[in-house]
Amino acid sequence: MQVFDWEKPVVELEEKLKELYEQFEEGKMADRQAIEAMEAQLAQLKKSLYSNLTPWQRVQMARHPDRPYSLDYIEHIFDDFIELHGDRRFADDKAMVGGPAVLDGKSVMVIGQQKGRTTKERQYRNFGMPNPEGYRKALRLMELAERHGLPVITFIDTPGAAPGIGAEERGQGEAIAYNLLRMSELRVPIVSVVIGEGASGGALGIGVADRFLMMENTWFSVISPESCSSILWRSWDYKEKAAEELKLVPEALLKYGIIDEIIPEPLGGAHRDPDAAYAAVKAALQANLKKLRSQPIDKLTARRKEKYFQMGRYEEKRVVE
Amino acid sequence: MNWFKRVAQNILTRSKKEIPEGLWNKCPSCNEIIPVKEIEENKYVCPRDGYHFRIGADQYFKLLFDGKHEFLFEEIQPVDVLGFKDKKPYRRRLEEARQKSKASEAVVIARGRIDRIPVVIGCMDFSFIGGSMGTVVGERLKRAMLLCAEEKIPLVVVTKSGGARMQESAFSLMQMAKTAAALSELRKAGVPYIVVLTDPTTGGVTASYAMLGDVHVAEPGALIGFAGPRVIKEAIGKDLPEGFQRSEFLLEHGFVDVIVDRRQLKETLSRLIRILTHKVKKANGNGKETLKAS
Ligand SMILES: [Zn+2]
Repeated sequence: MQVFDWEKPVVELEEKLKELYEQFEEGKMADRQAIEAMEAQLAQLKKSLYSNLTPWQRVQMARHPDRPYSLDYIEHIFDDFIELHGDRRFADDKAMVGGPAVLDGKSVMVIGQQKGRTTKERQYRNFGMPNPEGYRKALRLMELAERHGLPVITFIDTPGAAPGIGAEERGQGEAIAYNLLRMSELRVPIVSVVIGEGASGGALGIGVADRFLMMENTWFSVISPESCSSILWRSWDYKEKAAEELKLVPEALLKYGIIDEIIPEPLGGAHRDPDAAYAAVKAALQANLKKLRSQPIDKLTARRKEKYFQMGRYEEKRVVE
Repeated sequence: MNWFKRVAQNILTRSKKEIPEGLWNKCPSCNEIIPVKEIEENKYVCPRDGYHFRIGADQYFKLLFDGKHEFLFEEIQPVDVLGFKDKKPYRRRLEEARQKSKASEAVVIARGRIDRIPVVIGCMDFSFIGGSMGTVVGERLKRAMLLCAEEKIPLVVVTKSGGARMQESAFSLMQMAKTAAALSELRKAGVPYIVVLTDPTTGGVTASYAMLGDVHVAEPGALIGFAGPRVIKEAIGKDLPEGFQRSEFLLEHGFVDVIVDRRQLKETLSRLIRILTHKVKKANGNGKETLKAS
C-alpha cells in the first residue's frame, strides 16, 4: 500500500507493534503490557495525525490508489446491480458506470465515475475522466430512473472531464450543461456522494442533488490545486497553497453551505478499512433516501432549485444614478 | 467622489468614464493600422478583413438596443468571502477591476428593446477579471432568467469569458448549477433564450448557460470550448488542428446554430425573436422571413 511521507511515523510504529505481536506469539514475552502501551501510542498518533490533515494532504488521500472506487461501493452496498452501457448516441464511456440496483429491497439507479487501479485499467477508464458520451450516458440513466420512479444515487470521483479533441468535437460543455439543467428538475430524489476527487464541472455534471455528501478525505473544487497554481501563480510549485486558498475540504464546504453532509471515514482513510467505509456510505444513503422518499416530488424539485438559487455570496448595494 | 470610494461607502454610482482611446487601432488579424472612428462605424469589425474586435458590454448594448435601456441588478456586487490570495489578494483584484473596467462586473444586465421588441440582454465583459464567472455573474443572470420567465420577455445572453472565477472557488462552480436551474424555469415558461457566443467563451460558462440556448448564434472566428486549447495541447501532446474550437468548427460539429457577422447581429436577433414569439412583421417585398448565415 502506498504510504505518504507524512504517514511514515504511523507505519513505523505499526511495524514495531507487529514485531511485538510476533514475539508474544512465540512466547518470548511474559505479558502484554508493552504491547498495550504501544497500541495506545499508535492510536494516539493516528488520531492526531489523521484529524489534522492539511488540505493538500486531504487531496493526496482522495487520490490514494487503494481507495475504493465507484464499482467497489456499488458491489458492497447494493443487493443487486445490473450495469447498463452506452449513451445511445455515440459510445459507451468506461469512465462513467451505472445501472439499476437494489438498496434495502427498494429500486434505485446508481451512477458513478470510475477510475482504474492497474496501468491498463487506468487507461481503460481514462483515469476517471468522462467524455461527453459519459455525461450523456449518465443522463440517459437518470431519465430512465425518472420514468420509473427510481431515486438516483451518484458517486463522484473524477480529476475532471476529459480534455481532448474528440471531447470538444462532441460537445463536452453542452453535455455537462444539459445534465445540470435536467438534474435540477429531475422528478426523482437525487443523492450525490464525493468518494474521492470532485474536480470542477466534470464532477458537477453528475452532482446536482437534493443532498450532496462528501466523504471525509475527499475534495471538491472549481479547479484542481495544480491547475490553479499554474494559472494564478504561473508555476506548478504552489499546489499546497492553492489547496488551502481554494477551501476544497469538506468541513469548509459544509460551513459555506455548498454541501449538506460529511461522511466520516475510518481512521487513516477509506482504503485502510474499506468495509467500514462501505458501511458508513450505506448508512448515509439509507438515512438520506428515507427522508427524501417521503417528500412530495413537486416540493422536492422546488426545494432543490431553491437550494441552487441561493448559492453564492454577494453584497447588495444602493445604486445612485 | 470616485466610483470606488462610493462602493466603499456602500453607495454605488454607475461608471460613466470612457476608456481613453487613440485615434488609430491595429487589427490583430491583418495588422493594418485603421482609424478608430472607422472601426467604430463598422460596428467594431475590421473593414479590411472582417476581424471582430473584442468589445465590452456597453458597446454591445449600443449595437443591439434601439436606444434607451435600463440597467438591472447593478446592486449585486462581489465580496471576497474566502479571503482568497494568490499573487494578489482577490480583494485588490476586485478594486482594480472596478477602477479599470467600464462594466460593474463580468456580466451586465439591461432591459430595453431590439427593433421595438422588449428584451433583456445579459452581456459579459472581458475587462472585468477576464469575464470570469463568480457569484455576481450567476446571481445577476439567475435574476434575469427568473424575471424573463415571470414577465415573458425574451432573453439574450452575450457570452465572453475565460471560465469560472477561481478566487471564489466552489461558490463560482455552483453558479453553473444555479444558472442551469434558472434556465429550466425559463424553458418551462416558454420564453426564448438566445445565446450569442463571442470570443472567447470557455470553461464553466461553456459548460452551463452558454450551451443551453434555444438558439446558439456565434460571431465568426470566436474561440468556444470547454477545456482551453493550451490544456488540451498539453493533455494530448500534439498540435491542435487548424480552426479547432472556433465558431465554424462548432457549427460543423453541431453545437452552434448560425454564425452571424456583428454587422447583422441586431437584425438577426430581431428576426429570430419575432419568429419565435409569433410577432413576425408584415411580409416585405419577397414575403419571406428567412434566416441565413451571413
Ligand atoms: Zn483586419
